[in-house]
Amino acid sequence: MRVDVIMPQMGESIAEGTLTRWLKKPGDKVARDEPIFEISTDKVDAEIPSPAAGTLVDIKVQEGQTVPINTVVAQIETEASAVAAADKTAPSAAPEAKPAAAPPPAPKPAAVAPGTPGDGKERARPAPASPATYAAPAGGAGNVPRAASLIGQGATVEDLRRVRSSPVVRKIAQEHSIDISGLQGTGVSGRVTKRDILEAIEGGGARAAAPAPGGATAPAVRAATPAPVFAPGERVTVVPMSAMRKKIAEHMLMSRRTSAHVTTVFEVDMGRVMKLRAEHQQAFMERHGVKLTPTPFMVKAAVEALKAYPVVNASIDGDNIVYKKDINIGIAVALDWGLIVPVVKHADDMSLSGIAKTVTDLAERARSKRLTPNEVQDGTFTITNPGIFGSLFGTPIINQPQVAILGVGAIQKRVVVVDDAIAIRPMVFLDLSFDHRLIDGAVADQFMAHLKATLQEGKFTEIV
Amino acid sequence: MRRCIHAFLGRMDYAGAMDLQATCARRLKEGGEERLLLLEHPPVITLGRNASREDILFGDEALRARGVSIAPADRGGQVTYHGPGQLVGYPILNLSPDRRDVGRYLRDLEEVLIRTLARFGVGASRIEGLTGVWAGDEKIASIGVHLSRWVTTHGFALNVNTDLAQFSLIVPCGLTTRRITSMERVLGQSVPLQDVAAILVPEFASVFGREMVPGTGEGAAAERGAGKDRRVLREVC
Repeated sequence: MRVDVIMPQMGESIAEGTLTRWLKKPGDKVARDEPIFEISTDKVDAEIPSPAAGTLVDIKVQEGQTVPINTVVAQIETEASAVAAADKTAPSAAPEAKPAAAPPPAPKPAAVAPGTPGDGKERARPAPASPATYAAPAGGAGNVPRAASLIGQGATVEDLRRVRSSPVVRKIAQEHSIDISGLQGTGVSGRVTKRDILEAIEGGGARAAAPAPGGATAPAVRAATPAPVFAPGERVTVVPMSAMRKKIAEHMLMSRRTSAHVTTVFEVDMGRVMKLRAEHQQAFMERHGVKLTPTPFMVKAAVEALKAYPVVNASIDGDNIVYKKDINIGIAVALDWGLIVPVVKHADDMSLSGIAKTVTDLAERARSKRLTPNEVQDGTFTITNPGIFGSLFGTPIINQPQVAILGVGAIQKRVVVVDDAIAIRPMVFLDLSFDHRLIDGAVADQFMAHLKATLQEGKFTEIV
Repeated sequence: MRRCIHAFLGRMDYAGAMDLQATCARRLKEGGEERLLLLEHPPVITLGRNASREDILFGDEALRARGVSIAPADRGGQVTYHGPGQLVGYPILNLSPDRRDVGRYLRDLEEVLIRTLARFGVGASRIEGLTGVWAGDEKIASIGVHLSRWVTTHGFALNVNTDLAQFSLIVPCGLTTRRITSMERVLGQSVPLQDVAAILVPEFASVFGREMVPGTGEGAAAERGAGKDRRVLREVC
């Protein structure tokens, strides 16, 4: 006979667990109480022992999946002797008998005796057939099978709500007078997770169930979480975020919540710069050992504009404006595994060639993970270059605690009107996202006009 | 009342401490006694089950230059840093039969740390939804636990006099909204680890309802220094 292996309840406030690793493969023999898989909940990792001796068959939950407690994660085919003994008692696998017109892969209701998880002793015995075993779902409501089965037992609305949340969520809801049933859960089967409710509170109580108002300054950026990310049985792969991914996610949202983002876009004729570059490229390479790209010209032009408009090279500290005396330019570098922003320190003291060499060096070392911690700190302004991927322009998010970020689009030859004649010129869109709390539109545009003039007029000295 | 043997082991390398925990946990499952191991590690970045080498921002060279090594850890969670000045506690307890609740166990560990910090005049608290202990909105202690048949390994790390700059090794480009702090930073002076350990033990006893008994390894390991972990292991367990 087959014994269900379930996601155990590891504590009163724990409603779900993530299966992190299978220690056994289907077909492996397992001894009773031998660890067969590992789970993690919050900051706890645990090995879960087998409820019975036998052969692991039919793994239903894959590594990385998060499922509610009591979900059947696998089955153990017990030895022949166990079968004989089990025949005397009632079969445990009631939910195996699917209702006639059941919707396909809805998770099976948990068919377990009310045994405590962990030591597996209670679960090792076949469960008695009656009350402890939930009735099979009565069709419909495919994504809340447990609720469906509870209806059959005369459950109250409160019970139904409860199966969609954990005690800790209900406690938080009570403290903040939030109606859980009004929330859209992102957990499995639409379950309202702790994160959902915390976000709802952050976003202003039960109203968070409605879409948050648009606009960059709305504090409830994350509260507008829509329907569950995926339905049970849907074909998906779930992979935990790396620490770096989480930090990036956190930082991006934090920035959107912090600054009043506005983006302005300028179009710049790069003809002079491209000409200077072509003229000096070879000598530059011979003398400095690095390629002369448009990037150092951008950095140099930005430095000049920052000197002219110091408020763009500043931060906000409470009610104070902090003007940074050093101009340290962060250069966003895309990595296969995320992104990092190494900083060209004291860019205002550097020559064009010095900037070129520093940028090349920082980018190479970022990709080979050889940056030191202080090389990613103390930036006062950031330049990002999505143009290398073909983007025309974007609306970048400010790298906090800075107040502006310059985006560089792709340099493309375009047909433009020059002195009332049609000409072909290498053009680029430059965009500046700025924090409107500190920088007004006029200042931002003056800053950009300054930058544009430097580039268009090719005002660069000592290129080689 | 259940007995729990505690010992302050001084500085011990991470792999040695993993072995020691494994041995203590095995003996506990075989009917041995519970332990509270208190110690500090040489600088090390540990990778939990969900972490990968990519979570560390800097290459081996930069880490070596700072004397930091990397070790895998059989606990949940991501990447963290341990180093001198940080009081690390590994309770090897059996949560069966009366405390079989991981949420409660985490909150209990937090309680021990909060009470200990209060004894030094450091106000600390929990933040709902974020395991760990916080001084204001800065993290002062981290928690990560492994369970096998309700026997605990791993535990907590309290920043006493930790070199906080080392945390930047695992925090890419300042992309963090939560900062790390230490008792030293909060109090404006350093505190000997042994003093913190001595205060923590009775708080641990009262939160977990254990009778704390000093182990034979007490202090001895610190005097002998690191590298004699095998001997310590025999004496403590």
